Amino acid sequence: MTRRHLDRALGPIALVLVALTVWLGLWVTPPDETQGNFVRLLYLHPALAWVALYLAFGLAALSSALYLWPRTRSQRWDLLAASTVEVGVVFLTLTLATGMLWGRPVWGVWWTWDARLTSTALLELLFVGYLAMRRVPADPHVRARRCAVLALLAGLDVPIVHYSVQWWNGLHQTDSVLVGGFHFAIHGSMLWTLLLSFIAMTVVFVWMVRRRYEIAVTESALADAALEDAVLERRKEGVR
Amino acid sequence: MWRDAMLVCGKDLRIELRTRVLLWQVVPFGILTLVLFALALGPSATALQRGAPGLLWLALLFASVLATTRSASIEAPEGTRASIRLLGLDAAGVFLGKAAALAVQLLAIAVVLELGLLVFFHVNAARLGIASPLELCALAALAAVGTLYGAVVAGTDVAGTLLPLLVLPALAPVLIAGEKGTAAVLAGGGPGRWAIVLLVMAVAYLAVGTLLYGALEEPS
Repeated sequence: MTRRHLDRALGPIALVLVALTVWLGLWVTPPDETQGNFVRLLYLHPALAWVALYLAFGLAALSSALYLWPRTRSQRWDLLAASTVEVGVVFLTLTLATGMLWGRPVWGVWWTWDARLTSTALLELLFVGYLAMRRVPADPHVRARRCAVLALLAGLDVPIVHYSVQWWNGLHQTDSVLVGGFHFAIHGSMLWTLLLSFIAMTVVFVWMVRRRYEIAVTESALADAALEDAVLERRKEGVR
Repeated sequence: MWRDAMLVCGKDLRIELRTRVLLWQVVPFGILTLVLFALALGPSATALQRGAPGLLWLALLFASVLATTRSASIEAPEGTRASIRLLGLDAAGVFLGKAAALAVQLLAIAVVLELGLLVFFHVNAARLGIASPLELCALAALAAVGTLYGAVVAGTDVAGTLLPLLVLPALAPVLIAGEKGTAAVLAGGGPGRWAIVLLVMAVAYLAVGTLLYGALEEPS
């Protein structure tokens, strides 16, 4: 299978995996002993958080660092960072939304100022700031440098979000799937559905980033072409 | 690097002494914030004393955004940043110098705001003095973050609106730790682990700023 074929197949594969997760999560798995049917939201929530926190913002920080490093500096790293942040913000918004939908019936509130929730909300705002910065008109290289610094600074919040449940006692549970190394705390169809949702969301993320990155590369090429056209136009008018 | 830092710090403080922007704009804004908070909370001494630590840090945060905008705007005129580059100053030195000057200015604002707390919020002066080490760590963190984000938005047409959006979420941990530490001190305890948290934040942000500031100052 060529890379082009794989590229084309990625979207349908993502769709099938998400549909399979939904089917398993809603119809095959049993209700939880204490949470009842509300547990079904948790087949989605941790997978969304995994993609946003570790994949998207990790990749954004890595590509930003590669842009800032003089030996590896390329506009493609900047465009990749921008694409991953954009997709990451979507996933983080969904993480917060599914958490709130689950929190209302289980905790009794839509929102609580728990350390995990607060640090996640701050992370979202930091990356919204990054996206705002990208829309400020500037020389592409200057904008890329500024945004790379912002992505690295925002990325400092990711370990705080990760360890917040251990550093502060709050409502949000600590590690509840993998406990004590590689010992799974849940079993059977619940475990497989949860693992499948992680794979499904990862494939959806890869597909979305690839599409967004292609658009970003095309936009950049169009902007360069438009600039060249404008220069040629002016030269034809006799302006040197 | 240290020599360059001293030079830049002296330059920023001399400009402040000559222009008095801090004295006539930022400090009155800080006091105004405290007064408005007191109006929103009502005249109850208990409510004012309970809210005092959080309001102090919130007022400081808002004032620090203004002070940061001012600090970044010093290099805003066309060619100023290029001139600084031509002087051959070390980027890390420039960052540390600007952060130090901003920290001194924030210290002046904090002293005035604390006097405001004594007058308007009836807090214990002796207890507030005990919180000083905690505040110094927090001010260093505020200055480091402010200087870095100030450089990120410098030269853009939307610096005034963009800076608060970028810098306030980054400063939120300082607000939380500062409020918790000050509240603990005013309640009769010590700043405890919050002073250590703020010290770690200050060191981390100064280190990150020293590393990254150069990238923001590169010629385009």
